[in-house]
Amino acid sequence: MSGEQASGGLPETAAEHTGPDTEEREVVAGRPRKGMFGVTGTGDTSGYGGLRLPAYVPPAAERPFGGWFDEVADGLFEGMNNRGVPPEAVLRITVDREEITFYVDPEYLVEICRIFRDEQRLRFEFCSSVSGVDYGPEVPRRLHSVYHLTSMTYRRRIRVEVAVDAEEPRVPSVVEVYPTADFQEREAWDMFGIVYEGHPGLTRILMPDDWHGHPQRKDYPLGGIPVEYQGAEVPPPDQRRSYT
Amino acid sequence: MSIDADQAAGSRSGGDPFSAEARETTEGRVYTVTGGDWDDFLDDADREERVVINLGPQHPSTHGVLRLVLELEGERVTKARSVIGYLHTGIEKNTEYRTWTQGVTFVTRMDYLAPLYNEAAYCMGVEKLLGISAPKRAETIRVLLMELNRISSHLVFLATGAMELGSTTGMTYGFRDREEVLHLLEFLTGLRMNHAFIRPGGVAQDLPENHREKILEFCKVMDSRLTDYDKLFSGQPIWKQRLQGVGHLPLDACLALGTSGPILRSAGLGWDLRKIQPYCGYEEYDFEVPTSTDADCFARFLLRVEEIRQSLRIVRQCVDKLESGPVMVEDPKIAWPAQLTVGPDGMGNSLEHVRKIMGQSMESLIHHFKLVTEGFDVPPGQVYVPVEAPRGELGYHMVSDGGTRPMRVHVRDPSFVNLQAFPAMAEGGLVADVIAVVASIDPVMGGVDR
Repeated sequence: MSGEQASGGLPETAAEHTGPDTEEREVVAGRPRKGMFGVTGTGDTSGYGGLRLPAYVPPAAERPFGGWFDEVADGLFEGMNNRGVPPEAVLRITVDREEITFYVDPEYLVEICRIFRDEQRLRFEFCSSVSGVDYGPEVPRRLHSVYHLTSMTYRRRIRVEVAVDAEEPRVPSVVEVYPTADFQEREAWDMFGIVYEGHPGLTRILMPDDWHGHPQRKDYPLGGIPVEYQGAEVPPPDQRRSYT
Repeated sequence: MSIDADQAAGSRSGGDPFSAEARETTEGRVYTVTGGDWDDFLDDADREERVVINLGPQHPSTHGVLRLVLELEGERVTKARSVIGYLHTGIEKNTEYRTWTQGVTFVTRMDYLAPLYNEAAYCMGVEKLLGISAPKRAETIRVLLMELNRISSHLVFLATGAMELGSTTGMTYGFRDREEVLHLLEFLTGLRMNHAFIRPGGVAQDLPENHREKILEFCKVMDSRLTDYDKLFSGQPIWKQRLQGVGHLPLDACLALGTSGPILRSAGLGWDLRKIQPYCGYEEYDFEVPTSTDADCFARFLLRVEEIRQSLRIVRQCVDKLESGPVMVEDPKIAWPAQLTVGPDGMGNSLEHVRKIMGQSMESLIHHFKLVTEGFDVPPGQVYVPVEAPRGELGYHMVSDGGTRPMRVHVRDPSFVNLQAFPAMAEGGLVADVIAVVASIDPVMGGVDR
């Protein structure tokens, strides 16, 4: 994590962390890719099979973020200071495609959401969306829980994101702050197996109650059968040639 | 069975617990018949008149395959829960196995009453990820199609809502007029529903000739038809009695439960993304956002009828605003290589283009092949794109890892989120009001379950 993030009169953030701890807290939002056309071994005559692309890591934004982003970030850190949330709770702030994302420590998620909702300068009173994202088995802390918050007072939108391990997928539930997260957290549990601790009734919502597995994880097969069409056999979509 | 064996079974301790007890008397053998848990049931019934009923998922009044579990005390609903998932089709997962362009044909099938909103929001998401914007004419066409779609969606609300409340005339009116919209959409896009007409970078095709006359003709027809709904419903005592003061949801509850669209506006907040965070050039159109402070089912009905009027206003403005120009971005790495033309057998590539790639330019052929089979790369990152769909905020959260397929497409469907407000609206009311409440939420199960 770069050190620039802490500039601009902010309290010191997680930028202080160095060494293996930094590695551990690094946010990876993409999977490393290798080769092309899904061909491995001798079948590849194109030479593209040797391509290696590292996983995408969203770059930390530098102050000033521009527009109202700085105001929101300042308001957040002030609120965290007032409520005794350590500044390290915000792992990284990124600004991409005119959208600001706060990667936060799952431990402080509920308190941070409460700050976003209640602080006079922030007023994100509407939680638009909660969604799970799975970046695939090879990515550290592959399961992300993403919250899109809307401020109707100031007409702003931000994104709050937490990342957890697939082995220990525990995220505190924000239902007590945003009751609308109820169904959406149930959906993320159902589809990704993210356990929202403190949710009033975390049960499956779209899949049957006795279903095994979490269908939208990357290692869960899409399913499907080959189809014969005009004499040729078309494989199911997840077994077709993939170009990336 | 021998008598001895029968007597052995008669004692409840062993054998079949549900068999009748028997004892020998001077009159002969007497059986005492008891039901398995009949005593427990009677005990319960003494204490309270609590009945749990299940409504749906196959029920004509639950607005699709929605299942409602209601706990009743007499006629009054003390607890209400909705059970969903009967129409889950895994569209979000499926899009991860297709190119960004193919995704359009999937998302259009989610909220099947508002297919063009799904397409538009999805394509705006892809465009935001790519850092491009659709040409002006394409944006105007998108607005035009979305507003036509809003009209058809609200007409289905009127039709199904009326049918669920017992007014079959309302149903025939609603579906009759929706058919007008669908005919027009078929003329404009080629399909009645699930158009896949809006594509990343623009729209698939320019509007056909005489579109102006057809659209204006449609607007004229709708103007005359809309008065029917006022005549039939707005002042009608039965309709008012069924809806007024029913399904009350105040503004603070709306915000807490994430409710958007006509339900939020019926509680007094004029929150319409077309005005608040304009997209597709909505800031250039002249229209109003109707609101009410009644926060009941009747207000939601009135708002939707008024929204149809406002949509017609926007449609008329679109027709005038349509300026000539391309309907797809110029970039040949994104735009489909050939404009589609209608051949004698329906849709097809233009012969000119086929002649070029087959006879003249091998590079063009390779490019065409790669773009169609492989698709285009989208730089890594994530976006959230909301639009104001007929039911509220339809948001697309899309994540790309730099490949030709989405990493994740999450749809924040307004029906799904609004349905959470159902218990808050229905509890404490009568059983009959439950139907009115569900009709006023107007959930589309294709969108709820995705």
